[in-house]
Amino acid sequence: MSFEWVVTIITNNWPMFLRGAGMTLLISMIGTIVGAIVGLLIGIIHTIPVPERGVKRILLKIVNAILSVYIEFFRGTPMIVQAMVIYYGSAMAFGINMNQLVAALFIVSINTGAYMAEIVRGGIVSVDKGQFESAQAIGMNHFQAMMHIVLPQVVRNILPATGNQFVINIKDTSVLNVIGVTELYFQTKSVAGNNFRYFESFFIACVLYFIMTFTVTCILRYIERRLDGPKNYSMIGQPPVQVETLVSTKGRNDQQ
Amino acid sequence: MEKVIDIQHLSKSFGTHEVLKDIDFSVHKGEVVCVIGSSGSGKSTLLRCVNLLEKPSGGQIIYQGENILDHKHDIHAYRTKLGMVFQQFNLFNNHNVLNNCVVGQVKVLKRSKIEAEKVAMNYLKLVGMDQYVNAKPSHLSGGQKQRVAIARALSMNPDVMLFDEPTSALDPEMVGEVLKVMKELANSGLTMLIVTHEMEFAKEVSDRVVFMDKGVIVEEGKPEQIFNHPTHERTREFLKRTLK
Repeated sequence: MSFEWVVTIITNNWPMFLRGAGMTLLISMIGTIVGAIVGLLIGIIHTIPVPERGVKRILLKIVNAILSVYIEFFRGTPMIVQAMVIYYGSAMAFGINMNQLVAALFIVSINTGAYMAEIVRGGIVSVDKGQFESAQAIGMNHFQAMMHIVLPQVVRNILPATGNQFVINIKDTSVLNVIGVTELYFQTKSVAGNNFRYFESFFIACVLYFIMTFTVTCILRYIERRLDGPKNYSMIGQPPVQVETLVSTKGRNDQQ
Repeated sequence: MEKVIDIQHLSKSFGTHEVLKDIDFSVHKGEVVCVIGSSGSGKSTLLRCVNLLEKPSGGQIIYQGENILDHKHDIHAYRTKLGMVFQQFNLFNNHNVLNNCVVGQVKVLKRSKIEAEKVAMNYLKLVGMDQYVNAKPSHLSGGQKQRVAIARALSMNPDVMLFDEPTSALDPEMVGEVLKVMKELANSGLTMLIVTHEMEFAKEVSDRVVFMDKGVIVEEGKPEQIFNHPTHERTREFLKRTLK
């Protein structure tokens, strides 16, 4: 490897790399957010108690069945194949010439949605049943109990898994090059095709991918900590003197 | 005396297992009723049926002259009239102490936030937890959690307070602080229905004691009658085992 080549490639092609990285980040971010919302909705629908009889029961059963098929199908097939089927399929079957970016956003969102639905279901199940019961006991209906009590806890529970999904999406958008989306992998391939320096070009892409995923991980960690709130709490009407003496004694001991 | 809740022929089965059999039972205004009995006798199920956390299999629950088991009855409005205190506290983990008492008032009773906070502070002071308004449930001890849970239920200004074994999940040294609060409430004239294993407490505070066994009410009456002169063999046996 020649370091000079890396520098040359960067100086000559940095706008392409940057645009590629930007596109990757855009697709994976919107895909993760839309996917998380889709997953949240499906997770909520899946946990609605099925009434014992009536039209509602049949309706809910049908909706649940359709959603299960959706989840199983998109979790059970590779995204690269889905991209081909949806992009070329929509052109063939309906004569729709999808914009590549729209197609990319659609595919990533719907894929993430399928995974997130299961993550959300797990998140809802892991919230103690007593939380829902006590919300009901003070007169909340299903919707209110979900909105104000259960879902805030679910969101906290699924945050690590969502971050994981985001990181996966940043990496997996690279398969979208098969339908010509100009994300980072596609751009790198073009650069390498021009200068025939495959290793050096993809080495740069590698570093860029890592910077993106690592930054996202750090940001999500920070958000998690913010959501957890302070470890301590202040008491009302209690003199803070005690705390101060504790701290100062500790400081003195440390000096000795 | 005016009946607040009147239960008629209530039954409840889980599958083929019949937990409550033809229960007739009522709570009068201002009365403190303790339900005692061994585990599995159906006392908790009875309490949970009263606020419909368990759906009764048959019978009627009459509240203010209406059968709330009618399909058209608004069970959410009915539940706001019953304050429930759980064995496992069930404080809302995503809210701090003050918001635990406020969220129901604002979202369900549609009170203003300022008014709700005033009410909440009033009851938190009553249970001695007003210093902890900023704390999250995970910061608190069991006894403190249960006192907040009591304040949360009171903040809805219920007609009746239901207690489902409120001290059973507590360390022995914390039982006292919760019972003390409950005693104060009982003396203030609040209508209370308490499922408990604390016999001394039941003897002291209740106007009426109900003894349940195997899904039926075996005996009910004034505490001194139940504890000192039980008429049924099963009551005598149970008391001998629990009072030693």
